[in-house]
Amino acid sequence: MPFVTTAAVPATLPPLFADWFAGRGWSPRRHQLEMVAAGQSGRHALLVAPTGGGKTLAGFLPSLIELAERGPRPQHGPGSGVHTLYLSPLKALTTDVERNLTTPIREIGLNIHVETRTGDTKQSKRQRQRDFPPDILLTTPEQLALFCAWEGARSYFADLKCVVLDEVHAIWSGKRGDLLSLGLGRLQQFAPGMRRVGLSATIEDPDLIRGWLSPTPAVEDVALVRGDPGAPAVIDVLISEGKVPWAGHTGRHAIPEVYAAIQRAGLALIFVNTRWQSEFVFQQLWAINDDNLPIGLHHGSLAAEQRRKIEAAMARGDLRAVVCTSTLDLGIDWGDVDLVIQMAAPKGSSRLVQRIGRANHRLDEPSRALLVPASRFEMLECQAAREAVADNAFDWEPIHIGTLDALAQHVMGVACSEAFDMQALYDEIIGCGPYRDLAWEQFEEVVDFVATGGYALRTYDRFARIVRTPDGRWKARTKDIAQRHRMNVGAIVSAGTLNVRVAGRRGGASRQLVPGRKVGEAEEWYFEQLTPGDTFLFAGQVWAFQGIVGTDALVSHANDKEPKIPSWGGSKFPLSTSLADRVRTMVQDPDHWRVLPPDVQEWLELQAERSAIPDAESMLVETFPRGGRHFLVAYPFEGNLAHTTLCMLLTRRLDRLGVGPLGFVVTDYSLAIWSIKPMDQIDLDALFQSDMLGDDLEAWLEESFMMKRSFRNCALISGLIERRQPGAEKTGRQVTFSTDLIYDVLRRHQPDHLLLKTARADAASGLLDVARLGQMLARIEGRIRHQALTRPSPFCVPVLVQIGRERVGGDAAEMILDESAEHLIAEVMDEDAP
Amino acid sequence: MNAALRQTLSPARKPCGSLRVQIAGETCVLRCSGVLWLPTHRALIAADLHLEKGSAFAARGQMLPPYDSRATLDRLETEIADLDPGLVVLLGDSFHDARAIGRMADEDRARLDRLASGRNWLWLEGNHDHKALADDARTEASLPGRIVGDMALGALRLTHEPEPRTPGDDRHGEVAGHLHPAARVVAYGRGVRRPCFVTDGSRLILPAFGAFTGGLNVRDPVIAGLFATEPLTAVVGRDKVHAISWDRLP
Repeated sequence: MPFVTTAAVPATLPPLFADWFAGRGWSPRRHQLEMVAAGQSGRHALLVAPTGGGKTLAGFLPSLIELAERGPRPQHGPGSGVHTLYLSPLKALTTDVERNLTTPIREIGLNIHVETRTGDTKQSKRQRQRDFPPDILLTTPEQLALFCAWEGARSYFADLKCVVLDEVHAIWSGKRGDLLSLGLGRLQQFAPGMRRVGLSATIEDPDLIRGWLSPTPAVEDVALVRGDPGAPAVIDVLISEGKVPWAGHTGRHAIPEVYAAIQRAGLALIFVNTRWQSEFVFQQLWAINDDNLPIGLHHGSLAAEQRRKIEAAMARGDLRAVVCTSTLDLGIDWGDVDLVIQMAAPKGSSRLVQRIGRANHRLDEPSRALLVPASRFEMLECQAAREAVADNAFDWEPIHIGTLDALAQHVMGVACSEAFDMQALYDEIIGCGPYRDLAWEQFEEVVDFVATGGYALRTYDRFARIVRTPDGRWKARTKDIAQRHRMNVGAIVSAGTLNVRVAGRRGGASRQLVPGRKVGEAEEWYFEQLTPGDTFLFAGQVWAFQGIVGTDALVSHANDKEPKIPSWGGSKFPLSTSLADRVRTMVQDPDHWRVLPPDVQEWLELQAERSAIPDAESMLVETFPRGGRHFLVAYPFEGNLAHTTLCMLLTRRLDRLGVGPLGFVVTDYSLAIWSIKPMDQIDLDALFQSDMLGDDLEAWLEESFMMKRSFRNCALISGLIERRQPGAEKTGRQVTFSTDLIYDVLRRHQPDHLLLKTARADAASGLLDVARLGQMLARIEGRIRHQALTRPSPFCVPVLVQIGRERVGGDAAEMILDESAEHLIAEVMDEDAP
Repeated sequence: MNAALRQTLSPARKPCGSLRVQIAGETCVLRCSGVLWLPTHRALIAADLHLEKGSAFAARGQMLPPYDSRATLDRLETEIADLDPGLVVLLGDSFHDARAIGRMADEDRARLDRLASGRNWLWLEGNHDHKALADDARTEASLPGRIVGDMALGALRLTHEPEPRTPGDDRHGEVAGHLHPAARVVAYGRGVRRPCFVTDGSRLILPAFGAFTGGLNVRDPVIAGLFATEPLTAVVGRDKVHAISWDRLP
């Protein structure tokens, strides 16, 4: 496979560096030399390379060489500032990189000062970094947003020569990426000669990231350097006792074999897709851990110190396996992992490659991975993913357009740093990849929002957060307003979380619950569904829920072996479009089935016999009666988000058609709707017509909790609501303001408000997957293959099984109140009252 | 039937499924708007309007929508039109802060005058608004109606802030606001949080009526501690008030 590189002819290393490589018995890799060449010719560069290729060093080499050749550094004034800024999406990565960077610096004998700075860095160190900047500052995008809001940011970064963005593939296409891009635009103003360097895992279309990275509309302005591919990974699929279950998504059946694989490996990472699933797998493994193997658990809800403990134990080689979520996806090496196990389907080839890369960081040796499909459809998906990895095919990413809530935060930040001229700032912003097409009118709307909230009722002009200076520029009205903004920068909005704490009881009779030791944090919505006494798994133990006090969920130890409340709901990541395409293609080709286990082949043959196998461009719809109900099952293979949206819209139509829909469930592959009357006579082409994405979608969306959730995100990121207020941390209580109330009022009184438009766009692209749904409806138009059956087909078993498991979703609020109402008590009170 | 569909398929509901309870012998109608209606006295009681809360935040740099007073008065107007009360008592914290009256839009001020005309209109003082009310009375007297402290109405005693429970005295007949009670109801794996009335048949706490008013969980000791026995929570639904027993509330 040819590797096209647009960088100049590889440079040679200066003797000091060449000697260091030689002394270690290494020779510099081609892509490292190409990065040096790009640096020497002053070009922006994107390095795309698999894990284990010395990617980080490649990013830093040009800076190290430049710093080695520079003369004595002045203490103050020109030339005393930061030379290279490194930004990583993970705090922990900055520490890791610091360690990896100080080794060559020390061994080569360079006089280069490296420091890290994250949200955890002490105030005294932060102040020192302002007074005496290091040569290389390792930090996070959130800190960059803060720098942009500093007074004096312009002079602080005047000497900046290079910005290195690590794991850029993981961040560019979201709101964090929007803010990061705007921050880069700002830095470029401060230091026009600054080079931008991106480091990325292998991706399908590097030009998307080049376009994002480039300060101009031309992707060619960013040199593309590709690393050599590593040895092909060895990926096995675990077939437990030769059988693949019909349905399920936990892989519980295969736990003994997973355990056996752990016994054979040195250190295994067991990836799952959700936190709750990790708890479940962890518990299952320990239940059969007769050898007492040290098996750990790592996910984002655990208390930070607990995660640090696990990481340290991995690094020391004290562990044999860690059950983890995407918290260990990105590039930190915590030990000599030699096996990666993916429990349940990977959902996308890019993520799978990233995870497999965690095993064995030596490029020339193959990584080993074991996929554990939890069901037959997942078996197809695992096989498709395996083939995708072998073909070097990665997931496509959609084009991303910059969001206006992130822009609003940035504009406020700029006004906190220095007075800005509107036209000049607009020109700067449309130089940033995601905002290239921003219209002047949109920009004006954002500035108005930042100033007074952007309300048609102009009563807040006197409270404006930014005001015009006599020369017509804009700046923050007061120092206090600027300071409050600085406390609230960043695009990471956590879902409302509660601290999980062990409950104690205060003095005897009152039996009042008091919060004790913190076990971790978890989403508020999870506790919303528990009643006191419910037991659940968390941090590897079974707990009984006691109640919520303030921002704490109080729990006590439970003796139950099995928790009462199962806690996972399918996968967190939707099936990627490219993997879905592969699965559809595989399903329609009987020759391809031979690579599958015999029972899965039989299942497919039986499906062909009893119902039909659709071709890749068509969609199969089955209807059949069962248990006094009528079912419609469709197989779009578009992931559970798009399927949920589709079901919401279909059932509205079915209701209008008078068939009396009663409910629906979805999986990543299929959806099922059941009704009172038969659905086999319905005009299916009309039912699935794409005009459902118009009014029906609008009407449903406005009321949906997903809209409220995205509105909350937009309100927090845009600065409408402050997450942190001065003094709030001292009490340990979050300042919470119900964004739902604001949403309701705003929707009624100003439906075209900037934040509502932003929230709608977010919900459509993210939570609802409307774009994907639209493409699917267009694809299947006139190509629906209907099978009217007398009994369920082999394909529909997984989704039917799902029905029994279903918990109430959607707008169930009124129903819950109805069902809980106890009129009896009211009547009793009525009579007993004096 | 699963809940996602329930909304589309449920039959039309009654206009207002109120809940009727007896407090100290007085008939109290708990309305799903969150107001208390005393049919014997033709009196409407609403607590904690917190008018101009949005602009209070805006003045400090958080630009919450300036539509909360309008939204709150819209709802109050609907109730007044439905009930045609002879007496309206606003149970304190009608204004969010000391300067709230001055920040009100002219249109909203005019609406207050319209609503109050032809009936008795009483502003009962609360901790948030006693200064606003006193200032208004001292200077312009721009508000319609009268400003009052705690008051009696039949067998009921109306007050803003409920008195703490003392042994031997169960605050018989007290009707108060101030605490913004809200309940979390859990069923079928989902939770719903709504404002609610709380009563043990002897005293009654009203939910906050304002559009931007948050809530305090009824299980919080501040509210729970006011009752000697487990009280009834009357949770405000979309078009019905639901009586829900204490042990179903986490």
